[in-house]
Amino acid sequence: MADTSPLNAQRPRRLRQTSLMMEVGIVIVIALLILFVVPLLLTAFGQEFRINMLGRFMALAIVALGIDLIWGYTGMLSLGHGVFFSLGGYAFAMFLQLQLPEGELPEFFTLYGVTELPFFWQPFHSLPFALAALILIPALVAALLGYLVFRNRIRGVYFSILTQASLIVFFHFFNSQQELINGTNGLKTDTAKIFDVYAGSDQAQSVFYTLTVVGLVLAYGLCRWLTSGRLGKLLIAIRDDESRVRFSGYNPTGYKVLVFAVSAGLAGIAGALYTVQSGIISPKTMDIAFSIEMVIWVAVGGRASLVGAVLGALTVNFAKSILSEQFPEIWLFFQGALFLIVVTVLPGGFVGWLRTQGQDLFRSLIGRRRRLMTYPRLAEDPEVEYERQNLRN
Amino acid sequence: MSDKILEIENLTVSFDGFKALNQLNFSMEAGELRVIIGPNGAGKTTFLDVITGKVQPTTGRALFKGKNLRSKSEHRISRLGIGRKFQTPRVYLKLTPRENLDLSCNRHKNVWATLLGRPAQSERRTVAGLLDTIGLATKSDIPAELLSHGEKQRLEIGMLVAQSPDLLLVDEPVAGLTDEETENVGNLLLTLAEDHSIIVIEHDMEFVRQIARQVTVLHQGAVLCEGSMEEVQRNPQVIEVYLGQPEDSDG
Repeated sequence: MADTSPLNAQRPRRLRQTSLMMEVGIVIVIALLILFVVPLLLTAFGQEFRINMLGRFMALAIVALGIDLIWGYTGMLSLGHGVFFSLGGYAFAMFLQLQLPEGELPEFFTLYGVTELPFFWQPFHSLPFALAALILIPALVAALLGYLVFRNRIRGVYFSILTQASLIVFFHFFNSQQELINGTNGLKTDTAKIFDVYAGSDQAQSVFYTLTVVGLVLAYGLCRWLTSGRLGKLLIAIRDDESRVRFSGYNPTGYKVLVFAVSAGLAGIAGALYTVQSGIISPKTMDIAFSIEMVIWVAVGGRASLVGAVLGALTVNFAKSILSEQFPEIWLFFQGALFLIVVTVLPGGFVGWLRTQGQDLFRSLIGRRRRLMTYPRLAEDPEVEYERQNLRN
Repeated sequence: MSDKILEIENLTVSFDGFKALNQLNFSMEAGELRVIIGPNGAGKTTFLDVITGKVQPTTGRALFKGKNLRSKSEHRISRLGIGRKFQTPRVYLKLTPRENLDLSCNRHKNVWATLLGRPAQSERRTVAGLLDTIGLATKSDIPAELLSHGEKQRLEIGMLVAQSPDLLLVDEPVAGLTDEETENVGNLLLTLAEDHSIIVIEHDMEFVRQIARQVTVLHQGAVLCEGSMEEVQRNPQVIEVYLGQPEDSDG
């Protein structure tokens, strides 16, 4: 029976519930470990700076989840997620910049001779507004862009190019508007005060670390919910054959807009969490290369696998920081090689490989037979069973 | 209201001056099983494209149950009750036959209903029944990419039926099938014809003889003649343009 397990997708409901409870349990245990045990371990080994690194990379893992949703499941390759990431980061950085005594302006304004706060900064005095904005602004921008693009049935490479083009537009806007958002210098957050604590202090940082873990768990839960059930199947159907979906009576536009917006909202949250932990947001996060890196994380971890997206983001980024500490010159070559290897040898990414050939390799290593792909009813057929037991040479 | 399920009036479709369909008139009664034959390039597939909204008519109109189909998008036409099976089997390869059928069976196809709704008990029963009808019950939970060509053809017909359309458009359902599979698909279509209106487009003359009651012959974008299989086969024009040549290849 165990030999045919991947084919028995339609398991009894009770069994499915048990495995769902198991998954919830595993996720919570891992989250608790990362929250309480990992920081202690890293401190014990004198690697405290890696805690902050882990926090930032977990924020990036949230973007990876969003990219997996839109690319891995729905088949639309976005090369412009840097926009949504930055919009989230800027939204929260603007709130932090405004944490000043009554009547004062953020410092950079005075450098450019601006005496009055630009109108769009005004609402960012409010924390609830800033929190809503860091999710909703990216989501609305994506929904609008997506609606125009998907309604006109622009797909594939043209969609990718359009997202990259909008990335360039946003980059130039943010980079050039010094009087509005400090242009190329970006907004610093670590010297800002939130609830009477400096955002760069250890106390605040550990809160941000906790928030990132919680955010990642919630983002995983959201994506898990979206991709299971009918909607998830429909996303895969859109990826496999969009016009068949139309002829089955579904209008793909709404679904694609929803997924693109959710994905952008996740990128916005990630951007805010990343910004507060790195201390600055600048137009550099709208570099073309950074948005492509996001896609690489998902490709390496495994498309259409949520765990793969998270693992991909964490491994690639840790590999990046460790390798670039040791060999600053060759990191970029390594990254290119990694991507080439994944595309040519592991098209399903690392998790995809684990699910297929990896399992077989492991089984043969511990001396067991390879799994047999067979029809479930065939395996239960008594005659087949008889043959298997008695007629083997 | 007439009891005609489909009426096509003076339909012309031209692609850059080339007329794929030329002043075509066609109608069929509800509950009919109609086979359309014609040599390559006769406009058979374009004909289906117009009905399903993939191609807009240049002039003329197509009425389904008295409603004009012009400038309705594909998913709206599908929701009106027209299901289409493509020439090559198009099923969702990464999903299982059960999931394939479930997506087609879903009654509420807008975003929120799909996200929040659970498959109703009746829908699950429909899907299970359909899996039996198309003979895929034992393979209901393996990815559809592992199915054989014939099984995919049957699955796609099943997906069509799951939509519970009033009119089924079936484009070359037996292309590339073995004789046995061909007969299976033929029987499946005959069973479905009991409570659906069906248009079948086909090249395989053996198969047409198996299922045909009423045959329409298309030639150069227009209807050449209509009648029972015997009448059509005796028609000298038809023999000239069509039956004369491919007869030997169809054995």
